[in-house]
Amino acid sequence: MECALDAQSLISISLRKIHSSRTQRGGIKLHKNLLVSYVLRNARQLYLSERYAELYRRQQQQQQQQQQQPPHHQHQHLAYAAPGMPASAADFGPLQLGGGGDAEAREPPARHQLHQLHQLHQLHLQQQLHQHQHPAPRGWAAPPAAASPPSSPTPSSSPGFYRGAYPAPSDFGVHCSSQTTVLDLDTHVVTTVENGYLHQDCCASAHCPCCGQGAPGPGLAPAAGCKRKYYPGQEEDDDDEEDAGELGAEPPGGAPFAPCKRARFEDFCPDASPDASNISNLISIFGSGFSGLVSRQPDSSEQPPPLNGQLCAKQALASLGAWTRAIVAF
Amino acid sequence: MAGLQSDIISTVEFNHSGELLATGDKGGRVVIFQQEQENKIQSHSRGEYNVYSTFQSHEPEFDYLKSLEIEEKINKIRWLPQKNAAQFLLSTNDKTIKLWKISERDKRPEGYNLKEEDGRYRDPTTVTTLRVPVFRPMDLMVEASPRRIFANAHTYHINSISINSDYETYLSADDLRINLWHLEITDRSFNIVDIKPANMEELTEVITAAEFHPNSCNTFVYSSSKGTIRLCDMRASALCDRHSKLFEEPEDPSNRSFFSEIISSISDVKFSHSGRYMMTRDYLSVKIWDLNMENRPVETYQVHEYLRSKLCSLYENDCIFDKFECCWNGSDSVVMTGSYNNFFRMFDRNTKRDITLEASRENNKPRTVLKPRKVCASGKRKKDEISVDSLDFNKKILHTAWHPKENIIAVATTNNLYIFQDKVN
Repeated sequence: MECALDAQSLISISLRKIHSSRTQRGGIKLHKNLLVSYVLRNARQLYLSERYAELYRRQQQQQQQQQQQPPHHQHQHLAYAAPGMPASAADFGPLQLGGGGDAEAREPPARHQLHQLHQLHQLHLQQQLHQHQHPAPRGWAAPPAAASPPSSPTPSSSPGFYRGAYPAPSDFGVHCSSQTTVLDLDTHVVTTVENGYLHQDCCASAHCPCCGQGAPGPGLAPAAGCKRKYYPGQEEDDDDEEDAGELGAEPPGGAPFAPCKRARFEDFCPDASPDASNISNLISIFGSGFSGLVSRQPDSSEQPPPLNGQLCAKQALASLGAWTRAIVAF
Repeated sequence: MAGLQSDIISTVEFNHSGELLATGDKGGRVVIFQQEQENKIQSHSRGEYNVYSTFQSHEPEFDYLKSLEIEEKINKIRWLPQKNAAQFLLSTNDKTIKLWKISERDKRPEGYNLKEEDGRYRDPTTVTTLRVPVFRPMDLMVEASPRRIFANAHTYHINSISINSDYETYLSADDLRINLWHLEITDRSFNIVDIKPANMEELTEVITAAEFHPNSCNTFVYSSSKGTIRLCDMRASALCDRHSKLFEEPEDPSNRSFFSEIISSISDVKFSHSGRYMMTRDYLSVKIWDLNMENRPVETYQVHEYLRSKLCSLYENDCIFDKFECCWNGSDSVVMTGSYNNFFRMFDRNTKRDITLEASRENNKPRTVLKPRKVCASGKRKKDEISVDSLDFNKKILHTAWHPKENIIAVATTNNLYIFQDKVN
């Protein structure tokens, strides 16, 4: 299909449509907004796959630059990788269009791409974790007590795969200078994302230095659950309010991509300082009646720029890691 | 040929005999046309349709609790079969359904004892004689009066109403629910389908149209935004959330695009008069389904396949959300649906021929034969062909209706109603 628009423009256009539907006469049209959210999801999937492809290209360059790396590190990485992962990253062809098999006959090719690319990202992530040394963070989330042992990751269902792909406890020196709180709309879990890497990735074990032997940080829930449950009932969920969630039955490939987007966070919002109290996802943005979009402005600007699709798209893309569904608040 | 300048027409429907044609518009008005009685001398044409009655069916409302304005636009009109001298129809906007009685008055009583002719009351002391009032003919007056108001049963926007073959009940469908009403009872309805998920974030599809089977009073179908049709049997259970049949065609993966979900959403579903088939309309095609075969349609007709490469622009200008309707002819041999540029299409199921016609004032004088049109998808444009890029997407034909017995069709452009009939020789 010819399309003059790229994924990013489609996302802006779609957000603009959702925004303008709020002021349309007759109330919000549930059907139209549901269809727009499907376009948003499709555009996002393509956008993510493009980002992953870029990530892969960078990772390839890095690998070439670091030929002197001790080989055992690489082998360690591969040991953490999910079964089925190509023996070396070079074997992995970016943007392989999935679609083989009846099981995927109805699945968009992008979903399969993303699955493969996420495996690749895990590899990249583990490599980066070995390289960085940063001071301990200000605040963070303790590793989930129920994390499955990372040594046996399962790629079968992506949320399980996601958890299972935690790097094994080893000499991680971790990063985490800035943080943002994000909400996963699939699991209703609020987690803290730092500088591109979810704590759940790097702090998978009690030995992680930045987690301080696994003790939970101040103000967080006790060790039994570091994640704060988000209850939809806390929001307006009145039947008569026509609350609608969009993009239901989100493919399992949605959740695991949170960390990868965070890695690109600084690319999108160089001016916006991540504020730990902001929840950078669409549900909060829409929940505050679009004033959330206007309020998240760089401090330097005197007036909030006109609310337009470009701004919405930038911020939406910046928070891509957080939301797995576009919420149309009614 | 009749044309009418009014607000945007939002629904068109012939009554069961075809003598009356009702239109609803965005302003909440209903206009009813009546066919002239056939002129025996001029047997070369059937009677023309003239305005019979006009009334304001719905007014704009404001829901103060939700700060929502409720549009007065008439979404659907459905006629009841005629039982006596009066005609009845149901009209609905987004929230409220009304039963209207349309009756004629062609005589009036005259000669009251206590009233003057102009209605003023006489002083009883001046009455010296008594007389019996009599009916005298008067100019025909058509009155429409609301007999029932069915309100407060729908949280979401009503998209369909359908009268049961028992002529006592009818259904109304919104995005997430279908309710069953009795025509006599306005203070309650039964919910027969509810697809609202417990958690609205899990919403994946909405109901887009619903219709009762023309013969089986226990059977109805509803279509979804995902391109599926469910057939339900009300005898199976009170809540028909579980379908008896699910009609769905697997998606062609080679056609996958950003907009696959939008163009597969069904905008209209209509049973054939026989009840053996049903027809669905999605953005690019019309499909005929045999009720006995669930896994694929028996016939598929491409309405404007040349738009498939333009979906991006059509998404930008919102045209991709247009909800086209479709209709059968009386014998179920031809189906018709609208398109852009004031084109409408007919597909003959027997000969497999199709034709594109245009409804416009410039091109058609009354009594002229419509010239077939052709859209040139790509490449060299032949003479008389129209290229895709010069189509006017503001001129769309969403609503069409076919006379139940004769080859007379009603086609609604944005502001005008066109009535065409085939040549009678």
